[in-house]
Amino acid sequence: MTLARSGPRRRWAYQLDVKGSPYFYIAPFFLLFGAVGMFPLLYTAYVSLTNWNLLEPTRHWVGLANYAELLTDDYFWNALFNTVSIWLLSTVPQLLAALFIAHMLNRSLRARTFFRMGVLLPNVTSIVAVTIIFAQLFGRDFGMVNWALDLVGLDPVDWQAGTLSSHIAISLIVIWRWTGYNALIYLAAMQTIPEHLYEAATLDGAGQFTQFRKITIPMLRPTIIFTAVVSTIGGFQIIAEPLLFQAGTGNPTGGSDRQFQTVGLYLYEQGFSLYKFGYASAIAWTLCLIIVVMALVNYSVTRRIRRS
Amino acid sequence: MSAAKLRLLVGVLAVGVLTAGCGGSTGSSGDGPVTLTLNLFGNMGFKDLYAKYEAAHPNIKIVERTSAYNDHHRNLAAHLATGSGAADVEGIDTGFIAQFRAQPERFVDLRKHGADGLKDRWLPWKWQASVAKNGAQIGYGTDVGGLAMCYRRDLFEKAGLPTERDEVSKLWPDWASYFEAGRKYTANKPEGASFFDGGAQIFNAMIGQAETGYYDASDHVVVATNPVVRSAYDEVLKAVADGESAKLVGSSPAWNTGFAKSQFATIACPAWMLAKIQDQAKAFAGKWDIAAIPGGGGNWGGSYLTVPAQSKHVKEAVDLITWLTAPEQQIEVFKAHGILPSTVATYEKPEVKNLKNAFFNDAPVGQVFTTAALNLKPQYQGPRAGDIQTAIRDAINRVEEGKQDGPQAWEQMLKDVERIEQ
Repeated sequence: MTLARSGPRRRWAYQLDVKGSPYFYIAPFFLLFGAVGMFPLLYTAYVSLTNWNLLEPTRHWVGLANYAELLTDDYFWNALFNTVSIWLLSTVPQLLAALFIAHMLNRSLRARTFFRMGVLLPNVTSIVAVTIIFAQLFGRDFGMVNWALDLVGLDPVDWQAGTLSSHIAISLIVIWRWTGYNALIYLAAMQTIPEHLYEAATLDGAGQFTQFRKITIPMLRPTIIFTAVVSTIGGFQIIAEPLLFQAGTGNPTGGSDRQFQTVGLYLYEQGFSLYKFGYASAIAWTLCLIIVVMALVNYSVTRRIRRS
Repeated sequence: MSAAKLRLLVGVLAVGVLTAGCGGSTGSSGDGPVTLTLNLFGNMGFKDLYAKYEAAHPNIKIVERTSAYNDHHRNLAAHLATGSGAADVEGIDTGFIAQFRAQPERFVDLRKHGADGLKDRWLPWKWQASVAKNGAQIGYGTDVGGLAMCYRRDLFEKAGLPTERDEVSKLWPDWASYFEAGRKYTANKPEGASFFDGGAQIFNAMIGQAETGYYDASDHVVVATNPVVRSAYDEVLKAVADGESAKLVGSSPAWNTGFAKSQFATIACPAWMLAKIQDQAKAFAGKWDIAAIPGGGGNWGGSYLTVPAQSKHVKEAVDLITWLTAPEQQIEVFKAHGILPSTVATYEKPEVKNLKNAFFNDAPVGQVFTTAALNLKPQYQGPRAGDIQTAIRDAINRVEEGKQDGPQAWEQMLKDVERIEQ
């Protein structure tokens, strides 16, 4: 007994415990991630190199043919343009508005907690319900937006039919849902900025706006980078809003002329309406690469905020 | 407990949680009670019948799940391809039956369960449409969408058109005269009420009457070469240019609003559309009426019940669909929901033939729809007919939205159809 306890075997067990346990504790995450994250990712990469069609019993290896086809596919480039357009139209105003709202909420307001919780409310509503209601608001014949335009003497707009008009309408849904969420993140970051910086600036005679520009924004830089990157990832994956914007009609074409079909929606159309799994997987991987590149670009752009 | 033991315990727990998450429940089989699942889309009118069937078969329990039209058929395709997830009974619409008929090995061949003896129940074309190339019968027909033309009496009166259904039917023996009546209507139309709901829906009704639609009998797409398709397309766009269309996309929320706001005076209505109109246009009971469809006959929609080969209760499932599609049950469905059976034997029954509908000004719906169903010329449906239909709908919408002219939209549509074909 004593021999066994103090022999090399015990030392080996001790070594394993010290060196091995940490890996063991983090294993559940990586096992789960491997099963539901990594495996689908790699399997999609494999499928993207085949011509698998759900309706046909056989599939063949086609190499990079799907990617080659994608590069010359007008509908893919159209979808990419729509995605970038909707992303820009939604992210830029959204983050600016969030900054402003956070700045307002950071002052001493009456019922501050109420307002702070209030801005998060749009984010907890169902995306399906919100999109369907917005689609009604932007209706051609009886929509409230056109009714308001009529009140001020402007011509009604067929929001769904136009490219820019449909992008604006869809961007507004995104802005409505996510501005409050970003505002709360900014607010949390603002509260970590030491008060004495503002006091010193006030003594130096800096006004509210100068303080906001010279103190608040630079101090928020890491947070702004975070929200910009997260919004980019979300913005490029957008699918539910454009899909439901033409609710009831059932097909994921994003309007009669694909005027608001995003890359995510195009992927869905190819995969689950036309059953071209190989091609849809190629779109998925291309979209993934685009998001990585865009996130890096975003990172380097937002890093310059302080320097400029 | 020592620290080492605690660590071990935590580890064991973590693994236990993981494996519990992976283990699924296995399906029951054997002599015990059998639960049959049905995956359907929309309301097929069976709900009241399940209790009756369960009472007669104490060991059977029926669970119905419904989802939206397109989602349902997409899920079914995925479940069949992956070999799991399909219900014991799956509903399939006419627009998709050709696609599924092409994979008969994934369905139970009903001939092995006495289908041949039941063949005479159905309209011959309905029976034929679910027969695979290898002769297997994959489904039993439920309803057909025999076509009529629903119209608003009050709007017709205001525009100076006849209002009695026989006179209205005489107004449009064919589509040219229907559009002509539309021009007269449009000349003094009540404010905000166009002649028909949307060009794509009218096009649908017109093409449903043609002997050949989007496919020839050997599964080749003939959209570009079939003169009927192009002439119907041109005729509809002419009527759109004349201001006859309310430019609404079928099944969209705006289209639903259109019923309530009286945005159109006529709509091509298969039997299953009546329930829709009654839901959406509640305030206009008695103002709607039903006339004959221009051109006579025609079909739009209608469904089948199938049993996927992966079902664990094939015999019980086949028994159930045989019972549900039997004439006695189909009569009940028609009486309660107005959904027209495809079982031809029911057409002679007085409770079908003489059925009237108060909402539609006591229109003789039984007689109108059975006549339409008997008159229609069956059309061969190819595998991707539903997707082609959508491509043409988008083309017509592009013209209605003023984004393209007819020939431009046609060219773009042909390219879309080519992509669907590959």
